[in-house]
Amino acid sequence: MNTKPARDGFGEGLLALCQERADVVVLDADVSKSTRTNWIGDRFPKQFFNMGISEQDMVGTASGLALGGMVPFVATYGVFLSGRAWDQIRTTVCYNNLPVKFGGAHAGISVGPDGATHQALEDIAITRVLPNMTVLAPCDAEEVRKATIAAAACPGPVYIRFGREPVPVITDEKSPFEIGKAVWLKTGSDVAIIACGAMVYQALQAADQLAKESIHATVVNLHTIKPMDRDSVIRAASTCGCVVTAEEHQIAGGMGSAVAETLAAACPVPIEFVGIHDSFGESGQPDELMEKYGLSAAVIISASKRALQRKQNAAT
Amino acid sequence: MLNQLHKSVPELEEICRTLRLDILAMIRAAGSGHPGGSLSSVEILTALYFGIMKIDPQEPCQIDRDRFILSKGHIAPALYAVLAERGFFPREVLNTLRKLGSPMQGHPNMAHCTGLDCSSGSLGQGLSVASGLALAARLRGASYRTYCLMGDGELQEGQIWEAAMSAAHYGLDNLCGIVDYNGVQLDGTTKDIMNIDPVADKWRAFNWNVICCDGHDLTALLSAFQAAASCKGMPSVIIANCVKGKGVSFMENQAAWHGQCPNDAQYQQAIAEIEQRRL
Repeated sequence: MNTKPARDGFGEGLLALCQERADVVVLDADVSKSTRTNWIGDRFPKQFFNMGISEQDMVGTASGLALGGMVPFVATYGVFLSGRAWDQIRTTVCYNNLPVKFGGAHAGISVGPDGATHQALEDIAITRVLPNMTVLAPCDAEEVRKATIAAAACPGPVYIRFGREPVPVITDEKSPFEIGKAVWLKTGSDVAIIACGAMVYQALQAADQLAKESIHATVVNLHTIKPMDRDSVIRAASTCGCVVTAEEHQIAGGMGSAVAETLAAACPVPIEFVGIHDSFGESGQPDELMEKYGLSAAVIISASKRALQRKQNAAT
Repeated sequence: MLNQLHKSVPELEEICRTLRLDILAMIRAAGSGHPGGSLSSVEILTALYFGIMKIDPQEPCQIDRDRFILSKGHIAPALYAVLAERGFFPREVLNTLRKLGSPMQGHPNMAHCTGLDCSSGSLGQGLSVASGLALAARLRGASYRTYCLMGDGELQEGQIWEAAMSAAHYGLDNLCGIVDYNGVQLDGTTKDIMNIDPVADKWRAFNWNVICCDGHDLTALLSAFQAAASCKGMPSVIIANCVKGKGVSFMENQAAWHGQCPNDAQYQQAIAEIEQRRL
């Protein structure tokens, strides 16, 4: 299968936007080669501002640009963007409901050898608690491209997280993408696997394996974590009667937590969570880390069987 | 669009007295607030809103209006008072400061109050926002200028210096910072809590055009703003030498009055002192 770094989709989306719109500007904090915003610096230098290693000032400056009528995209590693500049994002961007768009690059443990300091595993949790914020975790480079373009049309702040490493491209130009609308990739009635980001591909792999054991899974790509597509999530849970969530993020506060918040109130079924279990990452090769920290199709399969067992236990 | 109102300095001084009375009345009615820094910045705000800024209260969202960012958001009462005096909203609204449902939030919220160019309250962020507005003006070919008022204690926030670096790097000469240099913060004097001196040298070292003046002398403030506007190629900052709690003898230079509401007797004395100067 064709693979591509998700961050390339961010660069492509920005190029498309800057080609069409003079009001789109891009800011980076000295990691423009990593985030692909250097593509904008090269092609549209008047629309690109390197702010140096100063995430807080970058977010504040973007707020001012937005107040002045521009649509700013700010990019750096997700861990520094969401963490270092959280108060700026909260009090200046979100409180004012400004159209500042955040590109959280190098998200997840698959950043690899740089180790725990550079692996954003908390960004979904700390951005989704902010009023007015939209939070996106697209599944591949093509979906990141679409999300980037869609974010520009969104009236308020948007946080988009994406990884560094090549991941399988499972969507194409024609695949549907709409902020706030989950994508159903498979429909089964035994277990609903709800995934985001790079874990969507792992969820599909798991579903194929489970089918060989006559366990039929629904697979939902929940690329928008906020606002939650409540209808899709509730429908998946009620169709299957049990749920597995899968994300490259801390289990606490992440996409799975958001799903659980919805289902606990509207459709309380057994839920199993696949994600990081309250630990920091470490250095290693991306695939080694995904394996060691339980972010694989195999772990989704065992979680699915546990969820199914809990459903069956409840029925008897 | 209205331009400078051509008010005389005595007329501006009279406005300052009115604003001081309004600030004290608001904080008294609210039962809490920040009188020290509010009284300190009265002349700065009066010079800007009645002498310098191109604004029109009838068209508060005019795209080419000059912008003002109150980075030290806790002196919201002073900003509300000057906006009301300038005609952005009726004076009666001032009495609702800090009350449930009021547009006069404890710290400025632009979604609720006409005439605000940004919400603020978490210190250290305003100069970056002002930089962004100045950069947007350049990108859009707009002629507006952006002003940002900072507290001197606020200069302890690291983000101020990130913004100082980037605004100078991008040569934002349409940006003017003002430091209310009164030497007192919540817990004590800036010298005791965390020394910020030499302030002017720091801004110069960050490649800013630095203008020092008496922050309670309207003539000096007006000419400082004009000097800032005529400086090209770099941002300007006005270091305004101020007295915290200015105009009320027992509040002056007292850290205790950073964020405290006067009782009845104190309030009466404060009002009397300000009224006395009117004569």
